Amino acid sequence: MTAVEPVQSPAGSESGGTRPRAAGRHLQETVFPTRGQYLEVVRGYRDGGFEMCADLCGVDYLANPGRPLPDGVARERFEVVVNLLSLSQARRVRVRLTVPESDPVAPSLFELYPGVEAMEREAYDMFGILFEGHPDLTRILMPEDWEGHPLRKDYGVGRVPVQFKDAPGPR
Amino acid sequence: MTDADASLPAGGADDADARGATDRPVPHPDTVLDPPPSGDVFLSTTPGGEVVGLVAETSEGDQELSRRGVTDDSQLRREVGAVLRLPEGVVVDPSNIDVEQSDDDTMIINMGPQHPSTHGVLRLMFELDGETVLRTKPVIGYLHTGMEKTAEELTYVQGSTNVTRMDYLSPLHNEMVLSLAVEELLGIELPPRAEWIRMLLTELNRVSSHLMWMATNGMDLGSTSMMIYGFREREMVLAFFEKTTGLRMNHNFIRPGGTAADLPDGWEDDVSVICDTVLPRTDEYDELLTGQPLFRQRTESIGRLSAEEALALSLTGPILRSTGVPWDLRRSMPYLRYDEVDFDVIVGTYGDNFDRYSVRLNEIRESIRIIRQVVEKMPAGDYRVQDKKVTPPPRARIDESMEALIHHFKVFTEGFKVPEGEVYTAIESPRGELGCYLVSDGSSKPYRMHIRGPSFVNLQGLPLMMRGGLLADAVAVCSSVDPVMGEVDR
Repeated sequence: MTAVEPVQSPAGSESGGTRPRAAGRHLQETVFPTRGQYLEVVRGYRDGGFEMCADLCGVDYLANPGRPLPDGVARERFEVVVNLLSLSQARRVRVRLTVPESDPVAPSLFELYPGVEAMEREAYDMFGILFEGHPDLTRILMPEDWEGHPLRKDYGVGRVPVQFKDAPGPR
Repeated sequence: MTDADASLPAGGADDADARGATDRPVPHPDTVLDPPPSGDVFLSTTPGGEVVGLVAETSEGDQELSRRGVTDDSQLRREVGAVLRLPEGVVVDPSNIDVEQSDDDTMIINMGPQHPSTHGVLRLMFELDGETVLRTKPVIGYLHTGMEKTAEELTYVQGSTNVTRMDYLSPLHNEMVLSLAVEELLGIELPPRAEWIRMLLTELNRVSSHLMWMATNGMDLGSTSMMIYGFREREMVLAFFEKTTGLRMNHNFIRPGGTAADLPDGWEDDVSVICDTVLPRTDEYDELLTGQPLFRQRTESIGRLSAEEALALSLTGPILRSTGVPWDLRRSMPYLRYDEVDFDVIVGTYGDNFDRYSVRLNEIRESIRIIRQVVEKMPAGDYRVQDKKVTPPPRARIDESMEALIHHFKVFTEGFKVPEGEVYTAIESPRGELGCYLVSDGSSKPYRMHIRGPSFVNLQGLPLMMRGGLLADAVAVCSSVDPVMGEVDR
């Protein structure tokens, strides 16, 4: 880990319960690294027994700027949410990285977990977050020539004409 | 191109001739172009007639492709990599990639998106050396309908109608993962009967999903009897679902707060009949397939995967278990009442097609074992939580109480508000870890709902499983992953 420890969510410390009832109980351990710490933090978890990156997705907080965040975490528009899974400890940890709108770049986890390949492509496709170091950062769900990133909150719903090539124009 | 010749200044053409082809190895804008043979790709030649490269008309203007001989290795690798992704990361030694071979000896072909063995609209690009598959790229998105975006426009009550259409072979699992996430944010505790009903239905759904897989896998390998048998048994389960929920698929039965209704009268008998029929039939499948030499030759040591590779690529479910990793969320991180029932986690050894087949076949047996325990242990009580905020009033109350009518109307039009926060829940679907990352901003609609579809992630294993295998086995490997494209593309 780097000199600056990532911010731990206050909820993470009180995760002890009587019976681990469901797969993802509410108070999951969450860390908020900065972009500089991100790779180191995830690498630390990987070396600490988190064998699998279960999920990676983007979130656009444009419409909810006042979301609760621990002190010291930059309040940016985008978030990359990584859910790591430790099979040996049967434990999950969530890494939330805030990414500014002006510079939507996040380091890619591909070198640590090759399984994020499709997930990072999806986050790029849906939110326009660029992953530095990704081997093939192309659109995955939308057509290659699609304009815009559909899951962004300012992407108009129902107002965008069909963008497929050679589609007839509006009549 | 007589017009082009005529328009060239006479002196310029003479100069080019005088200097000769050897002085100008690279193409020049003045290069005389032959007429396109087929329309969009044509050869560019020097005035001396030597072919220097290809010009392709693209949407971004003409692009010159220089001949293979003049491109360097890194350029070539990048160019091929743009078409077919390398089988990923840790597991590939870069020196293993034969750059020379990717020139003329190999061929790139497409399978799909309209191909029966891709189980939907999956497109696979193969790089072939003869019949050997070198690299594979799954191309997805043909069924993308923006369901995660749609979810942001639907209330939590309406949400399960949306997610149930993702993995259409195990719709109840999708509904359950969303419901668990919503309940987690609401902080409500389910009545025991609701939990047991959910377990009963999702295990039955696992049986029907695996039966469907047995059927389609049988068909992909040429065993049409298996296909008919698999569909026949699956129909029994679906008939029970229809009786319980009203629909064969896309039930919208498991909702935040419990289930939509109680189980129908006589459900114990129906479930017992299903168990008593399907269990002996799995022995018949065993006889039909497991010992059959043809089936074994087409599955054994085909599409092999090691445990490290499966973990690195985030593969879950039967694929991960077939490599010998005993990871089942029902056992390792129990939800509902899975810690109160007795069942085995089936693991394989070699991680090949045959292991994936036997894991799934035996999981049908384990599911039936769970279902029988659920029938025994089913408690009486409410099938949904008695929380006025979440649960609509019973139908009978609506006729006699104005408040109940208003309340009912409110729940189904406005929905209920969910406290601000975010949660990740995961359950074991027939295909692997089905996760839901739900963000609430305190309103009655999800701020963001992300479904971690196991098929979407599992497809990443295809390039690795197919590498070095035969093209004919590609169909078998693709089938053994059990992708459901509705969930891959969402």
